[in-house]
Amino acid sequence: MSTPALFFDGVSKSFNSGKTSVTALDGVTISALPGKVTGLIGPDGAGKTTLMRLAVGLLLPDNGNIQALGIDVLEAPLQVQSSVGYMPQRFGLYEDLSVQENLDLYADLQGVGHEQRQARYEELLQMTALGPFTDRLAGRLSGGMKQKLGLACTLIKIPRLLLLDEPTVGVDPISRRELWAIIDRLVKQEQLSVLVSTAYLNEAERCDEVVLLNEGRRLGQGSPKSYSEPMRGRTFHLSSTRLDKRRLQTQLSAIPGIIDAVIDGEKVRVVTRKAQLPDISDLVADGDTAINGPSKLDDLQIEPVEPSFEDAFIATLKVDTPSVADWFAPRDGAALEAGPIIEVVNAQRRFGDFYAVRDISFKVKQGEIFGLLGANGAGKSTMFRMLCGLLPASAGQLTVAGHDLRRAAADARSRLGYMAQRFSLYVDLSVAQNLNFFASAYGLGRKQRKQRIEWAMAAFELTAYAATNSGDLPLGYKQRLAMAAALLHEPDILFLDEPTSGVDPLARREFWQRINGLAASGVTILVTTHFMDEANYCDRLVIMAEGEVLAEGTPTQMKAGFRSAALPSPTMEDAFIGLIENRQKNKPGVAA
Amino acid sequence: MKAALTPRLNASLRRIVALAIKELLAILKDRKSRIVLIGPPLLQLIIFGYAATFDLNDIPVAVYNEDPSAASRELVARVSGSPHFHLQANIEHDAQIAPLIDNKKALMVLHLGPNFSADLAHGGSSKAQVIIDGRNSNTALLVLGYLRNIITDYNIDWAQRHGRAKPLATLQVRPWFNSNLVSRWFVVPGIIGLLTLVITTIVTALSVAREREAGTFDQLLVTPMRPFEILIGKAFPGILIGILEGSFILLMAVYWFEVPLRGSLGALYVGMFLFVMAAVGIGLMISSLAVTQQQGMLGAFLFIVPAVILSGFATPISNMPEVIQYLTYIDPLRYFLVIIRGVFLEGDSYAILLNYYWPMALIALVTLAMAGWLFRRRMN
Amino acid sequence: MSTTTRMRLRGLIRKESLQILRDPSSIAIAFVLPVVLLLLFGYGVSLDAKHVPVALVVEQPDANTASFTGAFAQSRYFAPLSYNNIQQAEQALIAHQVSAIVWLRNDFSDRLLAGGEAPIGVFMNGVDANQARISEGYIQGVWQLWLASYAREQGRDLAVPVVVEPRIWFNAAVRSRDFLVPGLIALIMTLTGAMLTSMVVAREWERGTMEALMVTPIRIWEILVGKLLPYFALGMGGMLLSVAMAVWLFGVPLRGSFWALSGASALFMLVSLGMGLLISTVARSQFVAGQIALVATFLPAFILSGFIFQISSMPAPIQFITHIIPARYYVAILQTLFMAGNIWPVVLANCGALLVMMVIFLGLARRKSRKRLD
Repeated sequence: MSTPALFFDGVSKSFNSGKTSVTALDGVTISALPGKVTGLIGPDGAGKTTLMRLAVGLLLPDNGNIQALGIDVLEAPLQVQSSVGYMPQRFGLYEDLSVQENLDLYADLQGVGHEQRQARYEELLQMTALGPFTDRLAGRLSGGMKQKLGLACTLIKIPRLLLLDEPTVGVDPISRRELWAIIDRLVKQEQLSVLVSTAYLNEAERCDEVVLLNEGRRLGQGSPKSYSEPMRGRTFHLSSTRLDKRRLQTQLSAIPGIIDAVIDGEKVRVVTRKAQLPDISDLVADGDTAINGPSKLDDLQIEPVEPSFEDAFIATLKVDTPSVADWFAPRDGAALEAGPIIEVVNAQRRFGDFYAVRDISFKVKQGEIFGLLGANGAGKSTMFRMLCGLLPASAGQLTVAGHDLRRAAADARSRLGYMAQRFSLYVDLSVAQNLNFFASAYGLGRKQRKQRIEWAMAAFELTAYAATNSGDLPLGYKQRLAMAAALLHEPDILFLDEPTSGVDPLARREFWQRINGLAASGVTILVTTHFMDEANYCDRLVIMAEGEVLAEGTPTQMKAGFRSAALPSPTMEDAFIGLIENRQKNKPGVAA
Repeated sequence: MKAALTPRLNASLRRIVALAIKELLAILKDRKSRIVLIGPPLLQLIIFGYAATFDLNDIPVAVYNEDPSAASRELVARVSGSPHFHLQANIEHDAQIAPLIDNKKALMVLHLGPNFSADLAHGGSSKAQVIIDGRNSNTALLVLGYLRNIITDYNIDWAQRHGRAKPLATLQVRPWFNSNLVSRWFVVPGIIGLLTLVITTIVTALSVAREREAGTFDQLLVTPMRPFEILIGKAFPGILIGILEGSFILLMAVYWFEVPLRGSLGALYVGMFLFVMAAVGIGLMISSLAVTQQQGMLGAFLFIVPAVILSGFATPISNMPEVIQYLTYIDPLRYFLVIIRGVFLEGDSYAILLNYYWPMALIALVTLAMAGWLFRRRMN
Repeated sequence: MSTTTRMRLRGLIRKESLQILRDPSSIAIAFVLPVVLLLLFGYGVSLDAKHVPVALVVEQPDANTASFTGAFAQSRYFAPLSYNNIQQAEQALIAHQVSAIVWLRNDFSDRLLAGGEAPIGVFMNGVDANQARISEGYIQGVWQLWLASYAREQGRDLAVPVVVEPRIWFNAAVRSRDFLVPGLIALIMTLTGAMLTSMVVAREWERGTMEALMVTPIRIWEILVGKLLPYFALGMGGMLLSVAMAVWLFGVPLRGSFWALSGASALFMLVSLGMGLLISTVARSQFVAGQIALVATFLPAFILSGFIFQISSMPAPIQFITHIIPARYYVAILQTLFMAGNIWPVVLANCGALLVMMVIFLGLARRKSRKRLD
């Protein structure tokens, strides 16, 4: 066997923050094989970024040896840096330089001669489809384009080892698919070795090898199969015609012996602790329990399924947590209103000549989880901001909870909760202070405030962190806090803008559990997301592109349109990409 | 009508108070902003208080005395004995003068010609030639002033001792309010105004931009808070911090720098309150325009620098060209400096200060209204 | 220099220049702020007393008092106002309407004619001690001139024993603008050198581009030089602009050699950049960088450099501190080259000090900068 492209031998690294010392990596030994794609997977705070930075000599290890391409990184960092390509998490682009200027800069820095340059540029621009945009400032590119430009910049001088730190975070599925296609091509054509860290577990399956990291320790290294194979016999699909998939999931996850229950397409995917399904005879059917009483669920369909890397990941890392559903009891007087709670009729939003949203209409019923899907720049965020009253519509009618947003935005706002894409609470205030402030900002009285804050602390398990500054919370807790703050005033509608972007799979599961509980209690939820598998949680959704609605319906309806012999059970991602591609075929001018 | 209003008003008040508390907490809990609030002001106070003085001590002088006589030696002794001067060198010929002055070895050369005592003895006037380094014109004028005082005293004594006719008229100079003309008494109270302005403007100018950058502004806007509630909530910490900081420097001025406080504290605080309101108004105007903290900082800088220079903090307004003097009327610091120095040194009463209160009140009113308007416009 | 080094440097410098051109706040700090400061200091600020409002109280007007008050009316330093009695004048002084009172009592003429020491009362508002001193000097000047001319008119020989014959070198008209405007150049170059540079480096940290820069095969000194050169050019541009405005707009004489001035400025600019780079090794956010630059470089350059306040009059510990303030040496060079001319001992000694500081600051910046994130 040839020398590994990257080799870590017992590497430790800790950081001092104030008085405490945080261990980021603890005696990690890994190797990345030459000419292969190695995935680096782990929850937040596992040490993925630290590992990448150590590999290129940006950090010094406390202990251990690191060799990249057979060169000792400690001894000859410059030599390593001239043969390794590294794309940091934020792509390292100069936003006030144009695409071409960024390429020129990195070509100069990598010492690529002028004679080779032109050919290389053409190749890269063609590969990344950035050719038409060379004069555009990098800051004006969409997230997916930035990511491809960042990749192009690291590839100007063909490296022998490519390190990519979470390259697909915050990038839409089409761009993600394109990025992986580029990586595959590079590995095939140039025999490149790639180390890529990612939060998307389904991407792990595309890697030749996967390194699993948690809290600074290596939990394992091997092919994706080597992880999933031991799970064989522990994974099942469950479904029932008499019980909604979300309620089935909620009930299943409360059963001991079931590690994980997630919605997977139209079914619920279950991972068990042992190689058989535990006793699930207590499941009850959906229905008018007041009249008929709870009835046994008798039509449950159970089929074993192929284990995936994700199953192994969850089984390895998930700690049993008490069910959170109890905290979201149905609310008093939450009688279903007949009409839609959100109604958008021919909404438009212009910025100068540019239409961010053109002529969009949809309705959302009370208690629904309604999804807004689309690539970057599709107009989701603009639509969202209009519905929250943050941005007035240029034309059209928007009604939220019975209030016309044009006339009574403040009244409408008092009935909705909003959770922004980026963590946006006050980082210098403690958890308790944040909650207190938002409770008062929503005008809760003293008694009510106390009561709601107690509820929030309990329902989101924040009590232990009450005095911690919110900026110092782990990412998953930040997201809990943000959601708690948005729910203090018991809103009728909750707006979630990319709530799970950059959040690891474990935290995402917990998050959806709470969302399910909320929806069950009668709160209407409007959500935008990049994770296509999450779209399956929605009751209904719209898919947007270039400010227009491409499709509206239930997830089942959406997927049904793309069922074919080649694709017997299309995923939401297939449906989404299919829709976008159809649109581009029909608009030849754009596709060029 | 009233019953319908009260709950709304209550809720509104509650929201404002919550926002004000949150703003204060956010400023005080952030290590960086705490340092900004405490470090630079203290440092500036010390540096300004000690270094920013126009009083001159130990000015290096050289004497070129061509007339070795009792009369000339007495004059030289008076000069070198003065605390303002320090005899650096005695020189013996003309050619030595230029290098001393040029190379900054001496700021002044006193040249007494060979006939100095002879002219005096004959009842005539003798000349004391003085060469002063004019590279800093202010220093040059002050040096000349000190020397003139010494020579005037010398002349009176000489006339008395030698029975010469006294001068027809004499000046009896009596400075009011600051009889020893200590310039620290002028500078230190000014710092109260200067630092209060800087702190208040920066705290308010960055407040909205900081939230915009952190993304919390949207979160704030989706609450039922109305624009004017946000504005009041944001103004409050600026007012409080401005007044606290001003009071702290006030204490330092009185107890550390021992500047006499002769007038009523009430008159001072009325002025300070109006001044802080005006500064908050300007800070909020900057705030509603700035998208990033850097822009807010730049905006604050672009306001503070001219506001300080044109306020009469270091240089008198009456020296400025007329056009610029008109410009100073919109500078709140201009009025506050008069008030603070008036109260400290002159013991001014409310009645005298009235003329300085109302322009600040007007500026505060206009800027706050403008800030409200800009804020509303930006949000829609 | 190898080809790749040259290529990397050229790439960095081009990038930095493009960023400067596209970022309005860089341009604002480098050019707009200097122009505003120059205009303010050139036109707005003056330490010279002019048109000082003086209350003239003449209790018994006659020919003698008229000749005295006439002397005030002629002086360009005063704007006299007449009052009939001292109470009114005192009220005016208290109400800030006048800065000084000159009081001729009703026995003024009698005592004047009797030949002895007619007292002239001068009360002045001493709040602004500096202005009071300068006004006092001017009042003394008016008084002495009047005494001499009055004696001549009366045909009396009343020779004053010692007459001061002042000669103010380098600035005979004693215009404060002539020393304020050149001193300002030191402030302006501190702004671009230390403040702008440290903030620009901090911006690269904030935006994550520094990380991307560091994993390229670039050497650390190349990064430093790549930052130094564009901002050096920017600072020298600001210097040239300031000198041009000083000479052509404000009529400040430039008596020394322009080349010596440029040389010394280049040296100071390097010191200033060295401080900026040093700050940026500590500060990784623009906010912190701006604050440190303000407190550690801008304020000292303002107060402790001898720009306005005489260093030799400061308390000993503070005088000691001024020796580590680079602006101190540069201000001395500026004021000498502009007003006194090529006085090489002064220029060279201060340049020597700047050279030492340049070596120290750039050396420290080089030592402290690492191609590492921790």
